[in-house]
Amino acid sequence: MNAIALPLPRPAETGALRGLRCVVARDLRLALRRPADTLSVLFFLVIVVSLFPLGIGPEPELLRRMAPGVVWVAALLASMLSLARMFADDLQDGTLESLLLSATPLPLLVLGKALAHWLASGLPLALVSPLLAMQFGLAPDAMGLLAVSLLLGTPVLSLVGAIGAALTVGVRGAGVLLSLLVLPLVVPVLIFGAGAVDAGSAGTSVAAHFSLLAALLVLALAGAPPAAAAALRIAFE
Amino acid sequence: MSPIATSLPPRPPASFHLFAYAAPQRFYPLAGRIALASALVAALLAVAGLVIGLGIAPTDAQQGEAYRIIFVHVPAAWMSMVIYLAMAFWAGIGLAFNARLASMFARALAPTGALMAFLALWTGALWGKPTWGTFWVWDARLTSELLLLFLYIGFLSLHSAIDDVRRADRAAAVLALVGVVNVPVIYFSVQWWNTLHQGASVSLSKAPSMATPMITGMLVMVGAFWLYATAVTLLRLRTLILAREGDAAWARRLREAA
Amino acid sequence: MNWSSWSEFAAMGGYGLYVWGAFGMSAFAVALEIAQLRARRRALRAGDGAGART
Repeated sequence: MNAIALPLPRPAETGALRGLRCVVARDLRLALRRPADTLSVLFFLVIVVSLFPLGIGPEPELLRRMAPGVVWVAALLASMLSLARMFADDLQDGTLESLLLSATPLPLLVLGKALAHWLASGLPLALVSPLLAMQFGLAPDAMGLLAVSLLLGTPVLSLVGAIGAALTVGVRGAGVLLSLLVLPLVVPVLIFGAGAVDAGSAGTSVAAHFSLLAALLVLALAGAPPAAAAALRIAFE
Repeated sequence: MSPIATSLPPRPPASFHLFAYAAPQRFYPLAGRIALASALVAALLAVAGLVIGLGIAPTDAQQGEAYRIIFVHVPAAWMSMVIYLAMAFWAGIGLAFNARLASMFARALAPTGALMAFLALWTGALWGKPTWGTFWVWDARLTSELLLLFLYIGFLSLHSAIDDVRRADRAAAVLALVGVVNVPVIYFSVQWWNTLHQGASVSLSKAPSMATPMITGMLVMVGAFWLYATAVTLLRLRTLILAREGDAAWARRLREAA
Repeated sequence: MNWSSWSEFAAMGGYGLYVWGAFGMSAFAVALEIAQLRARRRALRAGDGAGART
Protein backbone atom coordinates (compact mmCIF):
# COMPACT_ATOMS: atom_id res chain seq x y z
CA MET A 1 0.00 0.00 0.00
CA ASN A 2 1.21 3.44 -0.71
CA ALA A 3 0.00 5.07 2.48
CA ILE A 4 2.95 7.20 3.48
CA ALA A 5 2.69 10.07 5.88
CA LEU A 6 3.79 13.23 4.15
CA PRO A 7 6.85 14.77 5.75
CA LEU A 8 6.14 17.56 8.22
CA PRO A 9 6.84 21.06 6.89
CA ARG A 10 9.89 22.82 8.21
CA PRO A 11 9.22 26.18 9.88
CA ALA A 12 10.33 28.84 7.42
CA GLU A 13 9.45 27.05 4.21
CA THR A 14 7.24 28.72 1.66
CA GLY A 15 4.17 26.87 0.51
CA ALA A 16 5.27 26.18 -3.02
CA LEU A 17 8.60 24.68 -2.11
CA ARG A 18 7.01 22.66 0.63
CA GLY A 19 4.71 21.03 -1.89
CA LEU A 20 7.65 20.31 -4.16
CA ARG A 21 9.69 18.81 -1.35
CA CYS A 22 6.81 16.64 -0.20
CA VAL A 23 6.25 15.23 -3.67
CA VAL A 24 9.92 14.46 -4.21
CA ALA A 25 10.33 12.93 -0.78
CA ARG A 26 7.24 10.76 -1.18
CA ASP A 27 8.23 9.45 -4.58
CA LEU A 28 11.77 8.72 -3.46
CA ARG A 29 10.54 6.92 -0.42
CA LEU A 30 8.23 4.83 -2.60
CA ALA A 31 11.09 4.08 -4.97
CA LEU A 32 13.30 2.99 -2.09
CA ARG A 33 10.62 0.70 -0.81
CA ARG A 34 10.35 -0.91 -4.21
CA PRO A 35 13.92 -1.32 -5.36
CA ALA A 36 12.72 -3.77 -7.97
CA ASP A 37 11.49 -0.88 -10.10
CA THR A 38 14.88 0.78 -10.34
CA LEU A 39 16.76 -2.49 -10.60
CA SER A 40 14.59 -3.79 -13.41
CA VAL A 41 15.27 -0.62 -15.39
CA LEU A 42 18.99 -1.12 -14.88
CA PHE A 43 18.85 -4.76 -15.86
CA PHE A 44 16.92 -3.87 -18.96
CA LEU A 45 19.70 -1.47 -19.87
CA VAL A 46 22.33 -4.15 -19.33
CA ILE A 47 20.46 -6.71 -21.40
CA VAL A 48 19.79 -4.39 -24.32
CA VAL A 49 23.37 -3.19 -24.40
CA SER A 50 24.57 -6.78 -24.39
CA LEU A 51 22.30 -7.70 -27.28
CA PHE A 52 24.01 -5.41 -29.74
CA PRO A 53 27.37 -7.20 -29.91
CA LEU A 54 25.48 -10.46 -30.17
CA GLY A 55 23.61 -9.14 -33.14
CA ILE A 56 26.45 -7.32 -34.85
CA GLY A 57 29.56 -9.32 -34.12
CA PRO A 58 32.44 -8.99 -31.70
CA GLU A 59 34.81 -6.97 -33.87
CA PRO A 60 36.38 -4.55 -31.36
CA GLU A 61 36.83 -1.50 -33.56
CA LEU A 62 33.23 -1.57 -34.74
CA LEU A 63 31.96 -1.98 -31.20
CA ARG A 64 34.08 0.87 -29.90
CA ARG A 65 32.65 3.20 -32.54
CA MET A 66 29.11 2.08 -31.86
CA ALA A 67 29.32 2.23 -28.08
CA PRO A 68 28.05 5.78 -27.44
CA GLY A 69 25.05 5.36 -29.73
CA VAL A 70 24.18 1.93 -28.40
CA VAL A 71 24.37 2.93 -24.75
CA TRP A 72 22.41 6.10 -25.40
CA VAL A 73 19.62 4.30 -27.27
CA ALA A 74 19.44 1.65 -24.56
CA ALA A 75 19.23 4.39 -21.92
CA LEU A 76 16.38 6.02 -23.85
CA LEU A 77 14.45 2.76 -24.05
CA ALA A 78 15.06 1.93 -20.39
CA SER A 79 13.77 5.37 -19.33
CA MET A 80 10.63 4.84 -21.41
CA LEU A 81 9.86 1.75 -19.36
CA SER A 82 9.71 3.55 -16.06
CA LEU A 83 7.87 6.62 -17.37
CA ALA A 84 4.47 4.96 -17.57
CA ARG A 85 4.52 4.51 -13.82
CA MET A 86 5.03 8.21 -13.15
CA PHE A 87 1.37 9.06 -12.85
CA ALA A 88 -0.33 5.68 -13.20
CA ASP A 89 0.18 4.59 -9.60
CA ASP A 90 -0.96 7.96 -8.33
CA LEU A 91 -4.06 7.77 -10.47
CA GLN A 92 -4.99 4.48 -8.90
CA ASP A 93 -4.64 5.48 -5.27
CA GLY A 94 -6.15 8.93 -5.62
CA THR A 95 -3.00 10.90 -5.06
CA LEU A 96 -3.22 12.44 -8.51
CA GLU A 97 -6.50 14.13 -7.71
CA SER A 98 -5.01 15.48 -4.51
CA LEU A 99 -2.11 16.88 -6.49
CA LEU A 100 -4.53 18.60 -8.83
CA LEU A 101 -6.41 20.14 -5.93
CA SER A 102 -3.30 21.19 -4.08
CA ALA A 103 -2.43 24.82 -3.40
CA THR A 104 1.02 24.30 -4.85
CA PRO A 105 1.13 25.19 -8.55
CA LEU A 106 0.72 22.05 -10.60
CA PRO A 107 3.78 22.68 -12.83
CA LEU A 108 5.91 22.74 -9.68
CA LEU A 109 4.46 19.43 -8.55
CA VAL A 110 5.13 17.95 -11.98
CA LEU A 111 8.69 19.21 -11.72
CA GLY A 112 8.93 17.35 -8.43
CA LYS A 113 7.62 14.15 -9.98
CA ALA A 114 10.08 14.44 -12.85
CA LEU A 115 12.95 15.11 -10.45
CA ALA A 116 12.07 12.07 -8.38
CA HIS A 117 11.78 9.98 -11.54
CA TRP A 118 15.20 11.11 -12.64
CA LEU A 119 16.75 10.39 -9.27
CA ALA A 120 15.27 6.91 -9.28
CA SER A 121 15.97 5.90 -12.86
CA GLY A 122 17.90 8.43 -14.95
CA LEU A 123 20.67 9.02 -12.44
CA PRO A 124 21.37 5.31 -11.86
CA LEU A 125 21.41 4.80 -15.63
CA ALA A 126 23.93 7.57 -16.08
CA LEU A 127 26.16 6.17 -13.35
CA VAL A 128 26.04 2.57 -14.57
CA SER A 129 26.49 3.24 -18.26
CA PRO A 130 30.23 3.86 -18.25
CA LEU A 131 30.71 0.39 -16.81
CA LEU A 132 28.69 -0.99 -19.69
CA ALA A 133 30.78 1.01 -22.09
CA MET A 134 33.75 -1.04 -20.86
CA GLN A 135 32.18 -4.02 -22.60
CA PHE A 136 32.63 -2.11 -25.82
CA GLY A 137 36.20 -1.19 -25.13
CA LEU A 138 35.54 2.50 -24.85
CA ALA A 139 38.49 4.59 -23.69
CA PRO A 140 38.36 5.91 -20.09
CA ASP A 141 37.94 9.58 -20.95
CA ALA A 142 35.23 8.66 -23.45
CA MET A 143 33.53 6.76 -20.64
CA GLY A 144 33.61 9.92 -18.55
CA LEU A 145 32.13 11.93 -21.41
CA LEU A 146 29.40 9.32 -21.80
CA ALA A 147 28.50 9.58 -18.13
CA VAL A 148 28.38 13.38 -18.23
CA SER A 149 26.31 13.43 -21.41
CA LEU A 150 23.84 11.02 -19.82
CA LEU A 151 23.76 13.09 -16.64
CA LEU A 152 22.75 16.11 -18.72
CA GLY A 153 20.43 14.22 -21.03
CA THR A 154 18.43 11.92 -18.76
CA PRO A 155 16.74 14.82 -16.90
CA VAL A 156 15.41 15.99 -20.27
CA LEU A 157 14.04 12.48 -20.81
CA SER A 158 12.28 12.60 -17.46
CA LEU A 159 10.84 16.05 -18.17
CA VAL A 160 9.64 15.40 -21.72
CA GLY A 161 8.54 11.96 -20.61
CA ALA A 162 6.40 13.59 -17.94
CA ILE A 163 4.44 15.29 -20.73
CA GLY A 164 3.89 11.95 -22.41
CA ALA A 165 2.98 10.26 -19.14
CA ALA A 166 0.48 13.02 -18.35
CA LEU A 167 -1.10 12.78 -21.80
CA THR A 168 -1.56 9.02 -21.58
CA VAL A 169 -2.53 8.65 -17.93
CA GLY A 170 -5.32 6.13 -17.61
CA VAL A 171 -5.37 5.43 -21.35
CA ARG A 172 -5.51 1.93 -22.81
CA GLY A 173 -2.12 0.73 -23.96
CA ALA A 174 -0.40 3.68 -22.34
CA GLY A 175 3.06 2.09 -22.15
CA VAL A 176 3.73 1.65 -25.85
CA LEU A 177 1.83 4.80 -26.81
CA LEU A 178 3.98 6.76 -24.39
CA SER A 179 7.17 5.59 -26.07
CA LEU A 180 5.69 6.34 -29.48
CA LEU A 181 4.95 9.90 -28.42
CA VAL A 182 8.10 10.70 -26.48
CA LEU A 183 10.87 9.09 -28.55
CA PRO A 184 10.59 11.39 -31.60
CA LEU A 185 10.61 14.39 -29.27
CA VAL A 186 13.86 13.39 -27.55
CA VAL A 187 15.83 12.69 -30.75
CA PRO A 188 17.83 15.94 -30.37
CA VAL A 189 19.01 14.81 -26.92
CA LEU A 190 20.17 11.52 -28.40
CA ILE A 191 21.97 13.28 -31.25
CA PHE A 192 23.86 15.72 -29.05
CA GLY A 193 24.52 13.26 -26.27
CA ALA A 194 25.96 10.49 -28.40
CA GLY A 195 27.60 13.09 -30.62
CA ALA A 196 29.45 14.54 -27.65
CA VAL A 197 31.11 11.23 -26.90
CA ASP A 198 31.99 10.70 -30.54
CA ALA A 199 33.50 14.14 -30.77
CA GLY A 200 35.49 13.54 -27.60
CA SER A 201 36.80 10.23 -28.91
CA ALA A 202 37.80 11.89 -32.17
CA GLY A 203 39.61 14.58 -30.26
CA THR A 204 37.46 17.50 -31.36
CA SER A 205 35.83 19.94 -28.97
CA VAL A 206 32.79 18.81 -27.04
CA ALA A 207 31.87 22.26 -25.78
CA ALA A 208 29.22 22.80 -28.44
CA HIS A 209 27.52 19.48 -27.77
CA PHE A 210 27.39 20.03 -24.05
CA SER A 211 26.18 23.61 -24.44
CA LEU A 212 23.36 22.36 -26.64
CA LEU A 213 22.51 19.60 -24.18
CA ALA A 214 22.42 22.18 -21.41
CA ALA A 215 20.22 24.42 -23.56
CA LEU A 216 17.81 21.54 -24.15
CA LEU A 217 17.75 20.93 -20.40
CA VAL A 218 16.88 24.56 -19.70
CA LEU A 219 14.20 24.49 -22.40
CA ALA A 220 12.74 21.32 -20.91
CA LEU A 221 12.83 22.73 -17.38
CA ALA A 222 10.93 25.80 -18.52
CA GLY A 223 8.47 24.22 -20.94
CA ALA A 224 7.76 20.66 -19.86
CA PRO A 225 6.18 21.19 -16.42
CA PRO A 226 3.49 23.60 -17.69
CA ALA A 227 2.73 21.36 -20.68
CA ALA A 228 2.48 18.28 -18.47
CA ALA A 229 0.32 20.18 -15.98
CA ALA A 230 -2.04 21.20 -18.80
CA ALA A 231 -2.17 17.58 -19.94
CA LEU A 232 -3.00 16.39 -16.41
CA ARG A 233 -5.84 18.87 -16.14
CA ILE A 234 -7.16 17.70 -19.50
CA ALA A 235 -7.10 14.13 -18.27
CA PHE A 236 -9.24 15.08 -15.32
CA GLU A 237 -11.93 17.23 -16.78
CA MET B 1 -27.27 19.94 -52.78
CA SER B 2 -30.64 20.55 -51.11
CA PRO B 3 -30.80 23.53 -48.80
CA ILE B 4 -30.45 22.51 -45.18
CA ALA B 5 -33.11 23.67 -42.76
CA THR B 6 -31.03 24.47 -39.72
CA SER B 7 -32.26 24.97 -36.24
CA LEU B 8 -30.12 28.05 -35.82
CA PRO B 9 -31.77 31.45 -36.20
CA PRO B 10 -31.72 32.84 -39.75
CA ARG B 11 -28.82 35.13 -40.48
CA PRO B 12 -29.53 38.73 -41.32
CA PRO B 13 -28.62 38.89 -44.99
CA ALA B 14 -26.41 41.96 -45.02
CA SER B 15 -24.16 41.12 -42.10
CA PHE B 16 -21.11 38.93 -42.10
CA HIS B 17 -19.93 37.42 -38.87
CA LEU B 18 -16.88 35.26 -39.24
CA PHE B 19 -17.32 33.61 -35.85
CA ALA B 20 -20.74 32.38 -36.87
CA TYR B 21 -18.89 29.78 -38.89
CA ALA B 22 -17.48 28.32 -35.69
CA ALA B 23 -20.73 26.40 -35.48
CA PRO B 24 -20.22 23.06 -37.20
CA GLN B 25 -23.61 23.04 -38.85
CA ARG B 26 -23.11 26.50 -40.33
CA PHE B 27 -19.68 25.67 -41.61
CA TYR B 28 -20.79 22.35 -43.10
CA PRO B 29 -22.30 23.73 -46.34
CA LEU B 30 -19.57 26.34 -46.71
CA ALA B 31 -16.92 23.64 -46.34
CA GLY B 32 -18.59 21.71 -49.12
CA ARG B 33 -18.54 24.67 -51.47
CA ILE B 34 -14.91 25.50 -50.73
CA ALA B 35 -13.94 21.86 -51.15
CA LEU B 36 -15.62 21.62 -54.53
CA ALA B 37 -14.00 24.80 -55.82
CA SER B 38 -10.59 23.77 -54.49
CA ALA B 39 -10.86 20.33 -56.02
CA LEU B 40 -11.66 21.72 -59.46
CA VAL B 41 -8.82 24.22 -59.43
CA ALA B 42 -6.48 21.57 -58.01
CA ALA B 43 -7.29 19.25 -60.89
CA LEU B 44 -6.63 21.99 -63.44
CA LEU B 45 -3.36 22.96 -61.79
CA ALA B 46 -2.30 19.34 -61.58
CA VAL B 47 -2.84 18.82 -65.29
CA ALA B 48 -0.99 22.04 -66.08
CA GLY B 49 1.82 21.17 -63.70
CA LEU B 50 2.27 17.70 -65.12
CA VAL B 51 2.30 19.02 -68.66
CA ILE B 52 4.92 21.59 -67.77
CA GLY B 53 6.95 19.28 -65.61
CA LEU B 54 6.91 16.21 -67.76
CA GLY B 55 6.43 17.70 -71.18
CA ILE B 56 8.01 21.12 -71.35
CA ALA B 57 10.74 21.35 -68.74
CA PRO B 58 14.09 20.34 -70.24
CA THR B 59 16.24 17.43 -69.17
CA ASP B 60 18.69 18.10 -66.40
CA ALA B 61 22.36 17.93 -67.30
CA GLN B 62 23.49 15.95 -64.25
CA GLN B 63 20.48 13.92 -63.15
CA GLY B 64 18.82 13.19 -66.46
CA GLU B 65 15.13 12.56 -66.35
CA ALA B 66 15.24 11.36 -62.74
CA TYR B 67 15.08 14.93 -61.46
CA ARG B 68 11.46 15.12 -62.57
CA ILE B 69 10.55 13.45 -59.30
CA ILE B 70 10.91 16.84 -57.63
CA PHE B 71 7.56 17.77 -59.17
CA VAL B 72 5.90 15.54 -56.60
CA HIS B 73 8.62 15.28 -53.95
CA VAL B 74 8.93 18.99 -53.16
CA PRO B 75 5.18 19.72 -53.05
CA ALA B 76 4.59 16.69 -50.81
CA ALA B 77 7.38 17.72 -48.43
CA TRP B 78 6.23 21.33 -48.24
CA MET B 79 2.61 20.29 -47.70
CA SER B 80 3.59 17.90 -44.92
CA MET B 81 5.18 20.80 -43.06
CA VAL B 82 2.47 23.36 -43.84
CA ILE B 83 -0.23 20.92 -42.75
CA TYR B 84 1.57 20.23 -39.48
CA LEU B 85 1.69 23.94 -38.72
CA ALA B 86 -1.98 24.33 -39.61
CA MET B 87 -2.87 21.27 -37.53
CA ALA B 88 -1.02 22.62 -34.49
CA PHE B 89 -2.56 26.06 -35.01
CA TRP B 90 -6.14 24.82 -35.17
CA ALA B 91 -5.59 22.36 -32.36
CA GLY B 92 -4.29 25.26 -30.26
CA ILE B 93 -7.33 27.37 -31.13
CA GLY B 94 -9.59 24.48 -30.20
CA LEU B 95 -7.77 24.05 -26.90
CA ALA B 96 -7.66 27.73 -25.99
CA PHE B 97 -11.22 28.66 -26.96
CA ASN B 98 -12.87 25.28 -26.42
CA ALA B 99 -13.93 25.46 -30.06
CA ARG B 100 -14.80 21.96 -31.18
CA LEU B 101 -14.85 22.75 -34.89
CA ALA B 102 -11.24 23.90 -34.70
CA SER B 103 -10.26 20.64 -32.97
CA MET B 104 -12.18 18.68 -35.58
CA PHE B 105 -10.30 20.45 -38.32
CA ALA B 106 -6.98 19.58 -36.70
CA ARG B 107 -8.06 15.95 -36.57
CA ALA B 108 -9.12 16.17 -40.22
CA LEU B 109 -5.74 17.59 -41.25
CA ALA B 110 -3.63 14.89 -39.61
CA PRO B 111 -4.16 11.95 -42.01
CA THR B 112 -3.51 14.08 -45.09
CA GLY B 113 -0.38 15.51 -43.51
CA ALA B 114 0.85 12.02 -42.65
CA LEU B 115 0.19 10.89 -46.20
CA MET B 116 2.16 13.84 -47.56
CA ALA B 117 5.06 13.01 -45.26
CA PHE B 118 4.98 9.41 -46.44
CA LEU B 119 4.90 10.53 -50.07
CA ALA B 120 7.83 12.84 -49.47
CA LEU B 121 9.80 9.92 -48.04
CA TRP B 122 8.80 7.50 -50.79
CA THR B 123 9.53 9.89 -53.65
CA GLY B 124 12.70 10.99 -51.89
CA ALA B 125 13.88 7.40 -51.76
CA LEU B 126 13.10 6.89 -55.43
CA TRP B 127 14.99 10.06 -56.25
CA GLY B 128 17.92 8.99 -54.12
CA LYS B 129 18.40 5.62 -55.77
CA PRO B 130 19.37 6.78 -59.28
CA THR B 131 21.09 9.92 -58.02
CA TRP B 132 23.03 8.72 -54.99
CA GLY B 133 22.90 4.98 -55.37
CA THR B 134 20.82 3.96 -52.35
CA PHE B 135 17.12 4.07 -51.56
CA TRP B 136 17.60 5.55 -48.15
CA VAL B 137 20.04 8.33 -47.47
CA TRP B 138 20.36 9.79 -44.01
CA ASP B 139 20.02 13.22 -45.49
CA ALA B 140 19.07 15.85 -42.91
CA ARG B 141 15.81 16.71 -44.65
CA LEU B 142 14.68 13.14 -45.24
CA THR B 143 15.48 12.19 -41.65
CA SER B 144 13.54 15.19 -40.33
CA GLU B 145 10.70 14.19 -42.65
CA LEU B 146 10.74 10.72 -41.10
CA LEU B 147 10.53 12.19 -37.61
CA LEU B 148 7.66 14.43 -38.78
CA LEU B 149 5.84 11.30 -39.92
CA PHE B 150 6.36 9.86 -36.44
CA LEU B 151 4.90 13.02 -34.92
CA TYR B 152 1.80 12.71 -37.13
CA ILE B 153 1.42 9.05 -36.19
CA GLY B 154 1.77 9.97 -32.53
CA PHE B 155 -0.99 12.56 -32.86
CA LEU B 156 -3.37 10.10 -34.53
CA SER B 157 -2.49 7.29 -32.09
CA LEU B 158 -3.07 9.44 -29.04
CA HIS B 159 -6.35 10.68 -30.45
CA SER B 160 -7.66 7.21 -31.15
CA ALA B 161 -6.48 5.79 -27.83
CA ILE B 162 -8.62 8.12 -25.73
CA ASP B 163 -12.29 7.20 -25.65
CA ASP B 164 -13.78 10.56 -24.80
CA VAL B 165 -13.59 12.57 -28.01
CA ARG B 166 -13.25 16.00 -26.42
CA ARG B 167 -10.51 14.82 -24.06
CA ALA B 168 -8.82 13.22 -27.06
CA ASP B 169 -9.00 16.54 -28.93
CA ARG B 170 -7.42 18.45 -26.08
CA ALA B 171 -4.70 15.92 -25.28
CA ALA B 172 -3.75 15.66 -28.96
CA ALA B 173 -3.69 19.47 -29.09
CA VAL B 174 -1.10 19.59 -26.30
CA LEU B 175 0.94 17.00 -28.16
CA ALA B 176 0.70 18.94 -31.43
CA LEU B 177 1.81 22.16 -29.74
CA VAL B 178 4.75 20.46 -28.02
CA GLY B 179 5.60 18.94 -31.40
CA VAL B 180 5.51 22.23 -33.26
CA VAL B 181 7.97 23.73 -30.78
CA ASN B 182 10.12 20.67 -31.18
CA VAL B 183 10.19 20.56 -34.99
CA PRO B 184 12.78 23.35 -35.40
CA VAL B 185 14.89 21.79 -32.65
CA ILE B 186 14.67 18.40 -34.34
CA TYR B 187 15.50 19.85 -37.75
CA PHE B 188 18.51 21.74 -36.46
CA SER B 189 19.86 18.80 -34.51
CA VAL B 190 19.43 16.43 -37.45
CA GLN B 191 21.20 18.87 -39.75
CA TRP B 192 24.07 19.09 -37.26
CA TRP B 193 24.19 15.29 -37.02
CA ASN B 194 24.19 14.92 -40.76
CA THR B 195 27.05 17.32 -41.45
CA LEU B 196 29.16 15.80 -38.71
CA HIS B 197 28.76 12.21 -39.75
CA GLN B 198 28.88 12.37 -43.48
CA GLY B 199 32.15 12.66 -45.30
CA ALA B 200 30.75 13.78 -48.62
CA SER B 201 27.88 16.04 -47.72
CA VAL B 202 24.95 14.35 -49.32
CA SER B 203 21.98 16.56 -49.75
CA LEU B 204 18.88 15.53 -51.60
CA SER B 205 17.59 19.04 -51.22
CA LYS B 206 20.00 20.30 -53.81
CA ALA B 207 17.63 20.52 -56.69
CA PRO B 208 19.33 21.08 -60.02
CA SER B 209 19.97 24.73 -60.78
CA MET B 210 16.54 25.39 -61.99
CA ALA B 211 15.54 26.57 -65.39
CA THR B 212 12.35 28.62 -65.52
CA PRO B 213 10.03 25.88 -66.75
CA MET B 214 11.24 23.70 -63.89
CA ILE B 215 10.46 26.35 -61.29
CA THR B 216 7.13 27.13 -62.88
CA GLY B 217 6.17 23.48 -63.00
CA MET B 218 7.16 22.97 -59.39
CA LEU B 219 5.19 25.99 -58.18
CA VAL B 220 2.13 24.93 -60.15
CA MET B 221 2.37 21.46 -58.59
CA VAL B 222 2.71 23.01 -55.12
CA GLY B 223 -0.49 24.94 -55.80
CA ALA B 224 -2.18 21.78 -56.98
CA PHE B 225 -1.13 19.86 -53.85
CA TRP B 226 -2.19 22.71 -51.59
CA LEU B 227 -5.66 22.96 -53.08
CA TYR B 228 -6.01 19.19 -53.15
CA ALA B 229 -5.14 19.08 -49.44
CA THR B 230 -7.67 21.85 -48.78
CA ALA B 231 -10.39 19.93 -50.59
CA VAL B 232 -9.65 16.58 -48.98
CA THR B 233 -9.34 17.92 -45.44
CA LEU B 234 -12.55 19.92 -45.75
CA LEU B 235 -14.38 16.83 -47.01
CA ARG B 236 -12.94 14.82 -44.14
CA LEU B 237 -14.05 17.60 -41.79
CA ARG B 238 -17.58 17.27 -43.15
CA THR B 239 -17.49 13.56 -42.43
CA LEU B 240 -16.23 14.24 -38.90
CA ILE B 241 -18.95 16.81 -38.31
CA LEU B 242 -21.61 14.34 -39.39
CA ALA B 243 -20.09 11.62 -37.22
CA ARG B 244 -19.83 13.72 -34.09
CA GLU B 245 -22.95 15.82 -34.39
CA GLY B 246 -24.79 12.75 -35.57
CA ASP B 247 -27.55 13.00 -33.02
CA ALA B 248 -28.56 16.49 -33.98
CA ALA B 249 -31.68 16.92 -36.04
CA TRP B 250 -30.00 18.71 -38.88
CA ALA B 251 -27.45 15.92 -39.31
CA ARG B 252 -30.09 13.24 -39.35
CA ARG B 253 -32.04 15.14 -41.95
CA LEU B 254 -28.94 15.38 -44.08
CA ARG B 255 -28.30 11.70 -43.86
CA GLU B 256 -31.83 10.83 -44.81
CA ALA B 257 -31.86 13.28 -47.68
CA ALA B 258 -28.66 11.90 -49.16
CA MET C 1 7.46 18.99 -76.18
CA ASN C 2 10.42 16.98 -74.97
CA TRP C 3 9.31 13.63 -76.22
CA SER C 4 9.08 12.36 -79.74
CA SER C 5 7.12 9.25 -78.89
CA TRP C 6 5.05 7.70 -76.11
CA SER C 7 7.59 4.97 -75.54
CA GLU C 8 10.27 7.60 -74.92
CA PHE C 9 7.93 9.28 -72.48
CA ALA C 10 7.37 6.03 -70.64
CA ALA C 11 11.08 5.20 -70.54
CA MET C 12 12.09 8.58 -69.09
CA GLY C 13 15.66 8.27 -70.30
CA GLY C 14 16.14 4.98 -68.49
CA TYR C 15 14.80 6.26 -65.18
CA GLY C 16 11.25 5.22 -65.94
CA LEU C 17 10.97 2.92 -62.94
CA TYR C 18 11.87 5.66 -60.48
CA VAL C 19 9.93 8.51 -62.04
CA TRP C 20 6.78 6.49 -62.59
CA GLY C 21 7.22 4.80 -59.24
CA ALA C 22 7.11 8.24 -57.65
CA PHE C 23 4.24 9.65 -59.71
CA GLY C 24 2.37 6.38 -59.50
CA MET C 25 2.52 6.23 -55.72
CA SER C 26 1.33 9.84 -55.55
CA ALA C 27 -1.65 9.07 -57.75
CA PHE C 28 -2.34 5.93 -55.73
CA ALA C 29 -2.20 7.91 -52.46
CA VAL C 30 -4.68 10.46 -53.80
CA ALA C 31 -7.02 7.72 -54.99
CA LEU C 32 -6.72 5.93 -51.65
CA GLU C 33 -7.59 9.07 -49.67
CA ILE C 34 -10.62 9.78 -51.82
CA ALA C 35 -11.78 6.17 -51.63
CA GLN C 36 -11.36 6.12 -47.86
CA LEU C 37 -13.38 9.32 -47.54
CA ARG C 38 -16.12 7.87 -49.72
CA ALA C 39 -16.23 4.67 -47.67
CA ARG C 40 -16.43 6.64 -44.43
CA ARG C 41 -19.25 8.69 -45.83
CA ARG C 42 -21.15 5.63 -46.95
CA ALA C 43 -20.71 3.95 -43.56
CA LEU C 44 -22.06 7.02 -41.81
CA ARG C 45 -25.08 7.28 -44.08
CA ALA C 46 -25.90 3.61 -43.83
CA GLY C 47 -25.11 2.80 -40.23
CA ASP C 48 -26.51 5.85 -38.47
CA GLY C 49 -24.04 5.54 -35.63
CA ALA C 50 -22.07 2.68 -37.07
CA GLY C 51 -19.32 4.84 -38.49
CA ALA C 52 -19.57 7.42 -35.79
CA ARG C 53 -16.57 8.22 -33.59
CA THR C 54 -14.37 11.17 -34.31
